[in-house]
Formats: sequence, C-alpha cells, structure tokens
Amino acid sequence: MTYPADPTAGYLDSASSEPLHPAARDTLLAALDQGYADPRRLHRPGRSARLLLDNARAVVADGLGVRPDEVSFTSSGTEAVHRGLLGLHRARARVSDRIVHSAVEHSAVLHAAEWAPGETVSAPVDERGRVRVDELLAAADGVAVVALQAANHEVGTLQPVAEVAERLEGVPLFVDACAAAGRVELPTGWAAAAASAHKWGGPAGVGVLLVRKGVRWTSPFPRDDRVDDRSTGFENVPAALAAAAALQAVVAERAETAARQSALVDRVRAAVVAIPDTDVVGDPVDRLPHLVTFSFLYVDGEALVHALGRHGFGVASGSACTASTLEPSHVLAAMGALTHGNVRLSLARGSTADEVERFLAVLPDAVAEIRADVGL
Amino acid sequence: MTPALELDCRDLPCPRPIIELARHLADVGVGELLAVVAHDPAARHDVPAWCRMRGQEYAGQDSAADGAPRFVVRRVS
Repeated sequence: MTYPADPTAGYLDSASSEPLHPAARDTLLAALDQGYADPRRLHRPGRSARLLLDNARAVVADGLGVRPDEVSFTSSGTEAVHRGLLGLHRARARVSDRIVHSAVEHSAVLHAAEWAPGETVSAPVDERGRVRVDELLAAADGVAVVALQAANHEVGTLQPVAEVAERLEGVPLFVDACAAAGRVELPTGWAAAAASAHKWGGPAGVGVLLVRKGVRWTSPFPRDDRVDDRSTGFENVPAALAAAAALQAVVAERAETAARQSALVDRVRAAVVAIPDTDVVGDPVDRLPHLVTFSFLYVDGEALVHALGRHGFGVASGSACTASTLEPSHVLAAMGALTHGNVRLSLARGSTADEVERFLAVLPDAVAEIRADVGL
Repeated sequence: MTPALELDCRDLPCPRPIIELARHLADVGVGELLAVVAHDPAARHDVPAWCRMRGQEYAGQDSAADGAPRFVVRRVS
C-alpha cells in the first residue's frame, strides 16, 4: 500500500472534518499507553486515567470559555446535540413539549427535534441564512426549548445567538456549536451547547456537551454509572485528551488562522462571482473564517465534485444530485439560494494561498465544460 | 394560469428541469408565461432562484392536468 506524500494536499473540506492537529497526534499516542484503565477505579492506572480525563475536561473548558464541571465528553458531536437538546426538553416536560428551531439547523438537531414528543416549529431565515429573530421569538413564548446554531455548517453565516438568548424570557436555549467551536469564540447566553472534536482537528469519536451551571437538564436516555452522569459508556480517555490538546493549539493559533483564512475566502468569493450565473451564498462578512459556498446554474453538483476531484481537489456539495435522498440541501432551500451546482469549500489549517489559486485556476473551465455538455 | 408553453420535465433529474427552462425561454414572447412540470424536489427551489438570477419573474406554483407540480415563469426580458 502506498500513500500520497501529503494526504491533505488539495483537501478543501475541513467543515466536514479537519485533518488531525499534530498536537492531538502526539498527545493521542502518549495517552494510548497511559489512559487505558477505568477512570472510576482506585488503583494507580485508574487514578492515572482519571487524572488524564479531568485534565482533558479542564483544557476543553478553558478553550471554550466555560467551567470544567460544565463539560461532558460524548461519543460524537451528534450525540452531544441529542443529549443537549433533548435533556433541556425533558427537564421542561411539565411546562411544554414544544421545540422551536431555525430552518437551517444541522440534521442532527432536526432529527432529535422530530424524535422528541411534542410539536416542532421551524423559524425562517433571511437570504444570507440568518434566522429572522422576531419570527423565532414570536414562536418561542413558553415553549420547552429553542435551538439555534452558533454558525451555519453549510454557508458559514453566524447566528445572532446572544441577541436571541437575551430576548428569550425563561426559555432555555440550545446552541449547536459543532461548526463554530475552536474557530470562533462561542456566543453567550445558552443553557446547553454541543461541539465536535474532529471539526477542530481532534480525533473523530469525541463530542463535547456543555451544560451551564444551574441549568435544569434531565437525561433523555438510559443513565449509566460513569464518572460523569451526563454521558454514558466507557470514557475514551486518550481521544478526549487528544481533542483537548488540539483545541488548546487551535485556540492559541486562532487569531492568525482566522485572519489568513478569512482573506483567502474573500479572494475565493471575489473570483467566483466573476464566473457567469453564479450564486455566492451566505454572509460575506459576519461568517466563519474558513468556509464559502456557491452554486452554478445548469451544473450538476456531483459532476462538478468529480471534475474538481480529477484536478486533485476535495470539496463538498449540498446539491440534491450528490445526496442519496435526492432532496436538495434544506439550508440552501430555506435561504432561497440555488440548490443545484453547489460547492462548499472549507479551508483546512494547512491550506495555502497557492492551493487556493490553483483551485481558482481550474474552477471556471470545470464549470464551463459541464455547461457546454448540456449546450448552455 | 394559462402558460403559452408547458415543458414536460416530469422524469428529469436535477438540474435538467432548469436547463430546459433556460433553453425554452425564447420560445415564449415577452410578457408570456412559461411553465415547467417537474417531480424533481429541487425544482420548487431552483425555478424561483433561476428567476432571481436571470432577471425573470416567478409567477408561482400550481398543478398540471395530471396533478404533477408545475412552476410558472413570466418572461420579462
């Protein structure tokens, strides 16, 4: 078996998963040997595992600006979303069973809301993908819980979380921060939030559930007798510690990374609008630093992903023609954006200006060739 | 609504209904209606988006004679 010299060359899909940060890799390898034991046991290896787990919790808390006792590790970002949203919902059962969410939440939020007993209400967004705050709040009076993401995972637009939190009177707010955590500071005012380590350069299989001190949260699933009663199952101590190491490194580098990535995204946006019949989607300014989304009229999204792949670039697409369901992206649809011919480009930590220029050099012809095939 | 031309795109996958729409716009006069009949779930979003991007007017959604979703565009230029 042979591997390419640089497995991340041409990889422009960090919003799906960021390549493992070197700090996480070093920590993971060391912790695999040290953190194998059951952190509940009183013997020396158990105490060592417990120490590593508590250390991971403290470092993640510091990186996300919360208290260590507000941090729980789960087996994925999706599990953290499920526990966060449904735990707030369960604790409010006597008040209401209704959930209000924005129309552009991640499918993990939508599936959890659908699974919960009670009605769900979807609040519309504007053409940049930002929730219409007045309409969200009008639907939120007296409900069990409101769900609003920190930033959109497909188009990068930041949501007005702090404003919504301030204006919600007594209704707890759940924030899916999976797309944003590590890349920008977390917003304020939420009762519970979720994040995912592989989105910031930690290993896959580590989610982070945050529940604010004093917030009422009741487990929506069977309980367990582990270190942390907000999660279940044997703790993956080495992965949690590696996730913490990656977060610490990413937050330390964040100002530099965000400035560099934001300038590259500006460059992409400017170049892509020069291609005829292109819809550049999402807020141009108030957005995540690393992500940009655009759609080309008359272009099959799957054909474009493959064409760019042949040039060595890995990008994602929200178009129906690339999805198993044949349903277009509910995010693009809610925004009124063109849903076909869609590309989501997201810069990894190591993505270079040269890589972006090479991408922009092949993109116009890739689009033109697909259009020429259909005679447009 | 009574379109001057109705395009049968019932069995075409995304983005073919939009491609047919673009190809046949010139087949109707300025001010006339052009309809696309499509089962493709993206058409509901992409016909209005096409109108916005191409400076045409989206006249709305109704049903074809057999009940299939029909999306109607008014040619304005």
